Amino acid sequence: MHGAYRDEPASPYLWIGSALLLLYFTVPLAALLLLLPPRDLLGPLLSPLALDALWLTIKTTLVATALAVALGLPLAYLLARVPFRGRDVVDTLVDLPITIPPVVAGVALLLAFGRRGLIGEHLDVLGVQLAFTSVAVVMAQLFIASPFFVKAARAGFEAVDARLEAAARTLGASRWRVFWTITVPLARPALLSGIVLAWARALSEFGATMMFAGNLPGTTQTLPLAVMTALESDLPTAVAVSTLSLGLALAALLAAKWLAGRWRIPHA
Amino acid sequence: MPTMHTQRPRDDDGAGGLVFDATVRRGDFRLHAAFSVPPAQTLVLVGPSGAGKSTCLALVAGLLRPEAGRIACAADVWCNTAAGLHLPPERRRAGVLFQDYALFPHLTVRENVRYGARARGRTGAAADAVALAWLERLGVRDLADRPVGRISGGQRQRVALARALAAEPEVLLLDEPFGSLDVATRGLVRTELRAFLASCGLPAVLVTHDPVDALAFGERIAVLEAGAISQIGARDELLARPRSAFVAELAGLNLYRVDLATGRGLKEARVAGVVFHVLADDRSGPAFLSFTPAEVALAAARGPGSPQNVFPGRVVEILPLPDRLRVVLDIGVVLVAEVTREAAAALGLDVGRSMWAAVKATAIRVYD
Repeated sequence: MHGAYRDEPASPYLWIGSALLLLYFTVPLAALLLLLPPRDLLGPLLSPLALDALWLTIKTTLVATALAVALGLPLAYLLARVPFRGRDVVDTLVDLPITIPPVVAGVALLLAFGRRGLIGEHLDVLGVQLAFTSVAVVMAQLFIASPFFVKAARAGFEAVDARLEAAARTLGASRWRVFWTITVPLARPALLSGIVLAWARALSEFGATMMFAGNLPGTTQTLPLAVMTALESDLPTAVAVSTLSLGLALAALLAAKWLAGRWRIPHA
Repeated sequence: MPTMHTQRPRDDDGAGGLVFDATVRRGDFRLHAAFSVPPAQTLVLVGPSGAGKSTCLALVAGLLRPEAGRIACAADVWCNTAAGLHLPPERRRAGVLFQDYALFPHLTVRENVRYGARARGRTGAAADAVALAWLERLGVRDLADRPVGRISGGQRQRVALARALAAEPEVLLLDEPFGSLDVATRGLVRTELRAFLASCGLPAVLVTHDPVDALAFGERIAVLEAGAISQIGARDELLARPRSAFVAELAGLNLYRVDLATGRGLKEARVAGVVFHVLADDRSGPAFLSFTPAEVALAAARGPGSPQNVFPGRVVEILPLPDRLRVVLDIGVVLVAEVTREAAAALGLDVGRSMWAAVKATAIRVYD
């Protein structure tokens, strides 16, 4: 048991060393929150710019997260359970959207789905235009955020004892049934944290959205883009929208912690 | 329903039981085994770890695919590589008691047991009834609404057994069922499990690495060593005529693979330069030779009498047993003797000492 080794109090240097990074996180956030008294935030928050951006952000991030889950679950399970040639290649491919600069991802999306793009030019013939629409916002968020879900879900699936799945099969359950009744419930904390991570990442998506969807109020201007626009002329609004983003992210994290605690599997 | 299994009518010729014949290869390891188990009988599969015991169970359950082979149970063919047939696990009816039981940790006891009934298409209410009936029969109904993380080892085994049986299996596969129990509960659980398996009417295969469990449990034992069955048969036959080092140790016998040749009067049985004189009819060639450690007499000097087999040797190890000592000697081959503590004291027995070991020809069994 780990507990048996925990008698010794932690070294003060460990506390000091840890505090440095924590301070570095909190000081800028405090600067943001302390700049304006809360009642001065209310006006800018109710401005059309902020409300439109908030509504669009909520809509697009929820759709992008739902898509990330739907499309990410099979891929995560494949990576966790099926040994196949080229798994390393697939694994790297999943890491790529996280690693490349989002602006580059946006350019790439534009070259694929823009009007003159690889796929976009065929869609254009059919009268479908994706770039600089709300759909493009969702696509940019999906591109950047879904790997966070895939990685978390994969780790969650890998942690599920394969013998439990085997046991369920011998009891007469099909693979499909085993997945939904054994694997997913047991991986639930990891899946949940993957959903929150992906959603939070979609929430903060800026570069790819800017490139592929533009900055059109009401259509493609999400909260991060609204912050940038506001910052050019109207600092209080920029601060208000930033605070709103911070609040959303914090709410997501707290909700995930709370849900994970509620659903913790008692380990047998 | 639980009562369905108690008295199922079956032919007596072994049809309706489990018939297993399979070959599998994984890297350097190759397993080939064939056995059959009639209804209501239990075959104990015993052997050192890594011999392929659990692999056999996985093959029956359909969790592994054999390279070649045929597996059938209760008149249904589950696997036949010649015909390209390999049913997935959920379409076989193999009830598996996994090592450490593999209970679903996110479900209660009742939900664990009803899982199979639900998967086999019963409605929620019917599955609940089946689950509770099995929990009742196994004496753990009062645990029904506990999370499985909060029940003891012995209880876990009963719940796992109830879970397997509630899915209406045609064969029971038990993988090291005593492995995670403490010594105090082991004996009790063994007795209960044996009685239960006899009463439920299903063919069963029980895997264990522990010779004590194998002997206590199995009327019929198959010894699996390095991917092959080295000996299979009734327990008493196995104990009387071991044919491998593992079985000899299990039976507590000295065993040698010898070459028989005609000598003066008695037959000579040679192994690694040591010659035993034995009574054997007109047999010759390779054979097994065994005798119990109690038949070996030890002396500090070569005695005046004339036992046919006297060997000089050196004491390698002394293992104390409750009422006597087990003495391991090197006489060119390893030989185990058993002496009383008084005799040992009188002899001045000690590791490293030279001793004479004597065995009467009449005490030695020779067989193919």
